[in-house]
Amino acid sequence: MTVAVANAADAVAIRSAPGAIAERFARLRADGRAALVCYATAGHPDPDRSVALLRGLEAAGADVIELGVPFSEPLADGPVIQHSSSVALGHGVDLAGALAILERAALRVPVVLFTYLNPLLAAGPDVLARAAASGVSGVLVTDLPVGADPQREAWIGDGPLDFVRLVAPTTPVARMGLIARHGRGFVYLISRLGVTGEQNELAASLPDTIARLRSVTALPICVGFGISRPEQAAAVARLADGVVVGSAIVRAADTSVDDALALTRALRAAIDAAARPAA
Amino acid sequence: MTVFDSATATDRFGAFGGRYVPETLIPALDELEAAFDAAMRSPAYRAELDDLLRTYVGRPTPLSAAPRLSALVGAPVWLKREDLNHTGAHKVNNTVGQVLLARRMGKRRIIAETGAGQHGVATATVCARFGLPCVVYMGAADMERQALNVWRMRLLGAEVVPVHAGTRTLKDATSEAIRDWVTNVESSHYIIGSVVGPAPYPRVVRELQAVIGREARAQLLERAGRLPHTVVACVGGGSNAMGVFAGFVDDADVELVGVEAAGEGIDTPRHAASLARGTPGVLHGALSYLLQDPRGQVIDAHSISAGLDYPGVGPEHAYLRDSGRARYVPVTDAAALRGFTLLSRLEGIIPALETSHAIAWVADQAGTWPSDAPVLICVSGRGDKDVSQVSALGALPDVGPLPPYPESGE
Repeated sequence: MTVAVANAADAVAIRSAPGAIAERFARLRADGRAALVCYATAGHPDPDRSVALLRGLEAAGADVIELGVPFSEPLADGPVIQHSSSVALGHGVDLAGALAILERAALRVPVVLFTYLNPLLAAGPDVLARAAASGVSGVLVTDLPVGADPQREAWIGDGPLDFVRLVAPTTPVARMGLIARHGRGFVYLISRLGVTGEQNELAASLPDTIARLRSVTALPICVGFGISRPEQAAAVARLADGVVVGSAIVRAADTSVDDALALTRALRAAIDAAARPAA
Repeated sequence: MTVFDSATATDRFGAFGGRYVPETLIPALDELEAAFDAAMRSPAYRAELDDLLRTYVGRPTPLSAAPRLSALVGAPVWLKREDLNHTGAHKVNNTVGQVLLARRMGKRRIIAETGAGQHGVATATVCARFGLPCVVYMGAADMERQALNVWRMRLLGAEVVPVHAGTRTLKDATSEAIRDWVTNVESSHYIIGSVVGPAPYPRVVRELQAVIGREARAQLLERAGRLPHTVVACVGGGSNAMGVFAGFVDDADVELVGVEAAGEGIDTPRHAASLARGTPGVLHGALSYLLQDPRGQVIDAHSISAGLDYPGVGPEHAYLRDSGRARYVPVTDAAALRGFTLLSRLEGIIPALETSHAIAWVADQAGTWPSDAPVLICVSGRGDKDVSQVSALGALPDVGPLPPYPESGE
């Protein structure tokens, strides 16, 4: 969707907006499709190819793009995304650079910033509005769990972006409900214990975890961490509203943007071929 | 709004502390908090801990008079001898207490991080004692600086995992230990080595180290007949300092001084003085003072001492600083080498490079205390681990003429 923004010169380039995530999931649900959520680290492999990768992901069928904000201490990330973050920082790309890359990419799909808290705090109170003006629809803060810091959670939750919250396999069902009530856009379900990275097997407990989460929220549920192959994506698409793929795309992009886009097209095809339960 | 107004969440020290961690760890932190609070109320836990501290660690550690250092300083200097603990540093007080907690929680695998290796050695030691598998993350650069401690940990049966990310030092080892913990949280307990990390760790570690301050307070009252004028301790993460401060924080007249590593100087980019030159930020699960650039990227810390080479500091220190209850002073690498040499020559005690910072600061204040004002220094650890590193630097600093041993009946 297209929205008016303060700076008319930017209006042509900026198409995603707050509310775009809900709209996208409503349309997917009506079509009986699961979402493909693709993660890319801003500035990786370098700023120009990062722009090309983001545009390519959209063209290859990403429904939502998670844009990783490079941070010096990515403690929730495995080696592949750690490496991409450090490469991006080497190119001088951090939060401000990520927003500049996003403006250049001019995406139509909703974009969720995937970040740690410290870069947001350092950028100051108006960073959420700046992100929205650059085309960001949502924000996911890996190290700000529900209840950790009510003041800063309110700052983000009351801001212009959808505050996407995370649920872990260790989260008790009562807390799942609390998390869902404090989230917007979708709920990000971490598929397994551990940091980001590719896995051979999906956790056997995943269907049960999704069912428990489903019982406490009407928000779309996207599952991530460890999903790398089309057949895994198809399996998750049968259970959840969206499939997040990160490390596999980043690792492919380390070799070439084309490889990353070929993987994305394969993921898209597998997800669309997966039978979906009636809405 | 400003981002750094005081927060309202519990288990903070003023605005500092908190639980800025991946969601996966929240239940484990809840579990640790409940287990720790129950343990503190449990006579059985306390009896087991006290017994281990007495019969395995070697507590109470002595309070040593330092006659020649006192003559140099012009005030009576007392040394709390944490260097005489089993494994050679205060770190073992914490690892003994946390391994007992892990056993109470049914966690049978132990994870730790280490910088200088003292926490790693203390953890590996206690794991050997209880027959628990132990994985220690250590920056590859620190493994080179502290090869002897790496060997010691392996001898004790621990797996030492080199961390090649980032600066290859304590900060990166801590991140890697947290990653392991996120992955193995159901079977593993993470024994964090200082008063840092997400709540309740800063409080857990402080309570387990508070034995230093309790003992020192009673010993000084008995020996000197009064409380200290000033208590001095080195601060990296800050666990020995919090331990000794805990004994005196309610004594409003006792001055508390934390000594930070100024590296090559706090006006250079190469230092570890997060309280002198840092700004509030989030690292490893807590909000505290942090060396960071204006965009919130963490800056590499530097210190001659691997144990102080950390860009953050425990959140309770941040609180004590801002409330004015304690003050924090920087001491350079060069001055620390002087402290290292001074205590060796004056008292026959080779201190850890960490402790050497505190010694150097006290020596530099010579003549500023009343002649009857006791100064208490926490000797956090012994310097054996640093001897090869310092000897490789070449000549020791010239410490000038030193006072003789004061003869009795003067």
